[in-house]
Amino acid sequence: MSGIVRYGSYVPFNRIQRSAMGFGRGERAAASYDEDSASMAVEASREALRGLPDGAAVDTVVFASTSAPYTEKLNAATLQAATNLPKSVTALDFGGSSRAGLSALLAGLDMAAAGRTVLVAASDVVVGAPSGPRESGGGDAAAAFVLSGNGAEPIARLIGRASCTEEVLDVWQSPGMPFAKQWEERFGASIFTPLLVETFARALADAGVAASDLAKVVLDGTNARVFRGFMRPSGLAPTQLADGLAGTVGRSGAAHAGLTLASALDGASAGDRIAVACVADGVDVAVFEVSEAIDDGRPKHSVASWVESKRDDLAYTTYLKWRDVLPFEPPRRPDPDRPAAPPMQRAERWKFGFLGSRCNRCGNTNLPPQRVCVVCQASDDSTVEPYADSECRVSTYTLDRLAYSLQPPVIGAVVDFDKGGRMLCQLTDVDPDKVAIGDELEMTFRRLYTAGGVHNYFWKARPKR
Amino acid sequence: MASKGICDRVAIVGMGCTKFGEHWDRGASDLLVDAVQEAYGSAGIEPDNVDAYWLGTTGSGISGLTLSEPLKIQYKPVTRLENMCATGSEAMRNAAYAVASGAYDLVMAVGVEKLKDSGFSGLTGSAPPGDGTESGMTAPANFSLLAPAYAEKYGVDLETMRDVLTKIAYKNHYNGARNEKAQFQREVPVEKINSSPKIAGMLGIMDCSGVSDGAAAAVICRAEDAHKYNDNPIFIKALSFVAGPAEGAKRQDYDFTTFPEVVESARDAYEQAGIDDPREQISMAEVHDCFTPTELVLMEDLGFSPRGQAWKDTMDGRFDLHGEQPVNPDGGLKSFGHPIGASGLRMMYEMWLQLRGEAGERQIADPKVGLTHNLGGAPGRCVSFVSVVGL
Repeated sequence: MSGIVRYGSYVPFNRIQRSAMGFGRGERAAASYDEDSASMAVEASREALRGLPDGAAVDTVVFASTSAPYTEKLNAATLQAATNLPKSVTALDFGGSSRAGLSALLAGLDMAAAGRTVLVAASDVVVGAPSGPRESGGGDAAAAFVLSGNGAEPIARLIGRASCTEEVLDVWQSPGMPFAKQWEERFGASIFTPLLVETFARALADAGVAASDLAKVVLDGTNARVFRGFMRPSGLAPTQLADGLAGTVGRSGAAHAGLTLASALDGASAGDRIAVACVADGVDVAVFEVSEAIDDGRPKHSVASWVESKRDDLAYTTYLKWRDVLPFEPPRRPDPDRPAAPPMQRAERWKFGFLGSRCNRCGNTNLPPQRVCVVCQASDDSTVEPYADSECRVSTYTLDRLAYSLQPPVIGAVVDFDKGGRMLCQLTDVDPDKVAIGDELEMTFRRLYTAGGVHNYFWKARPKR
Repeated sequence: MASKGICDRVAIVGMGCTKFGEHWDRGASDLLVDAVQEAYGSAGIEPDNVDAYWLGTTGSGISGLTLSEPLKIQYKPVTRLENMCATGSEAMRNAAYAVASGAYDLVMAVGVEKLKDSGFSGLTGSAPPGDGTESGMTAPANFSLLAPAYAEKYGVDLETMRDVLTKIAYKNHYNGARNEKAQFQREVPVEKINSSPKIAGMLGIMDCSGVSDGAAAAVICRAEDAHKYNDNPIFIKALSFVAGPAEGAKRQDYDFTTFPEVVESARDAYEQAGIDDPREQISMAEVHDCFTPTELVLMEDLGFSPRGQAWKDTMDGRFDLHGEQPVNPDGGLKSFGHPIGASGLRMMYEMWLQLRGEAGERQIADPKVGLTHNLGGAPGRCVSFVSVVGL
């Protein structure tokens, strides 16, 4: 037996109104210009890793996405480094289908049953062809789960599961295609609805529960039409259907089954049984039973709190620029330099883990870590000081309208940490007109820019969400 | 600090300076030829008389060949150096120490920068390969942090602060309008300064120094030899240079209203020159007004104004061309332009003209002691140079 020990979610700050995209109702979440599926996976994972119970020492990291920042170079390694997990972890990338998120969760639960403690993070930035349904119906988000089979008490146990795989042309994207395409939805529904009904029934049988025993059913897939003929034949009532977040986030690709499951867990009580299904190139279904541990195991941010924390007036042209769909006039400034491999390697604990140093002589904190203390000049006598979760505030700031950015002006801030230490860093997810000295901030892992095909990840500060 | 100084031991006996500006028709080599040949002529010397050269440039060439090749310098030592925006002053400092040491009798300090070939706005650097964790902020953004910090600390409302910054820009353009070598030779109305497009924080484009091309050069010898070359030499009273530990960006007690590096280099220079009251004893100064709030803060760091009072002195006209203590009489970086490697020597060029009574329309009445101040870096992380010169 294995289960979910902790979970976390992440929905980026920006929303674009579907009316601005000319298609659909409501709004979709849009990763900022400085986010990608790896950086969002880090944010969700930080939620899931905070306050892990005793006995849950993560030894496996799985990253699932259809929009991995690198096609070759392990994205799970970025996740490991940015969350300060030990280098002894087993790390894997999953992809190939938006079912990869739930498949990774099931695979992770299998690994957990075999004794591993697994972090599974699913994340996607969903880009569709302009003015198409994938663009407006998609969303950007991430979800993360820590899974264990023994030791730590799970907040939700896996009690049943079933899968099915179908070779079918539904959604596809081959190298060189700028956007994924989808076959006519009526065709997809004709194939998938019966498969879902059948696989779902097998999962319930595996769990030994009836459809009516489920508190919530989470349905996710590439094609909403699939679900029209599913609920009634499966013995499910509309009241059991979990919020699919279509109107507020949009379908966030490989992250979406996990995100909607996280949302269901946010509202779950001990004893609830929750089924989650994902339909893409086949079907995965997992059935969980929520335990008494749920009340102590919820993350700092619920999905609903992420959804409520937003700026909802993103312009369509800005969105297209961020997604590299719309060419634009660059600033009259040099392109940023590609970061170099050896300096990044040497700075890994600072650049990814956001670890500073504390002087053993005078106690001063140094950001970035310094060999010689900036206050007492003691040399090579310091200990590691973690900063990613530290409270900090704006000491002073400026709006830099000259610096290179996909979203000028760059907001440069002198950030002072409550536990000591100062750094100059960029603010993000903030209205330039609303920044003020003294504003409380929190750190967030971002992709500063990409140069020469190298994604330059580092930390920024944002107003508390 | 233990710098003993070389007060009155070294003289400047000739100088040259190109017009600063957008020299689309001239490369760094041309600018060097122009400035150096003007300096040869000014000192009445032939190239053969010069024993060694120091060339300052941040990015317009590497190695001494940048100078020796265009000028066909015949197998002499040429040192190329860089110290951010204080590069030109550093060339002069090192050249002066070389003659003071007795190693050479006659040397030349040269500075050059060719900025307008890049096609970019503002300054661009060529940093070594890095880890990508730098803040990415530009120079105007870094210096813009001074203005609100100063305003808050001394209770100056932001509207008044805007007037102070505008006054500094206005003054320096007023001075530059009287200088045929300045990049911008027109007075700029206050309204135009106030409404210039915003670049960073409360700084508009008219709060920023000119991005330009230019070169300047000085011929330097020991004091006892000075009159061999020139009837009106000027004498170096102090040279001070400080590189800070860059703690302002790391320590919470730094408040962005001062440059500790400037305070220290000024203290050192005044000690070398025997100056104990800079507000009274310094007749005039060329300071590093890269952005308008920099000049404001420098007035206090250099001891020209008491802490918290520079904004009033500025508004009262103390630093105007015909004020009690003229600052940037040649137009400063703001109006004369800022070709990085040349700027420190351009500042000295104005001292050369003023002390010798050759500044024409800008001539300050009977100046005795001049100061040049040259800064590189950003608030909290910089290098600072101060010289004192006189007759």
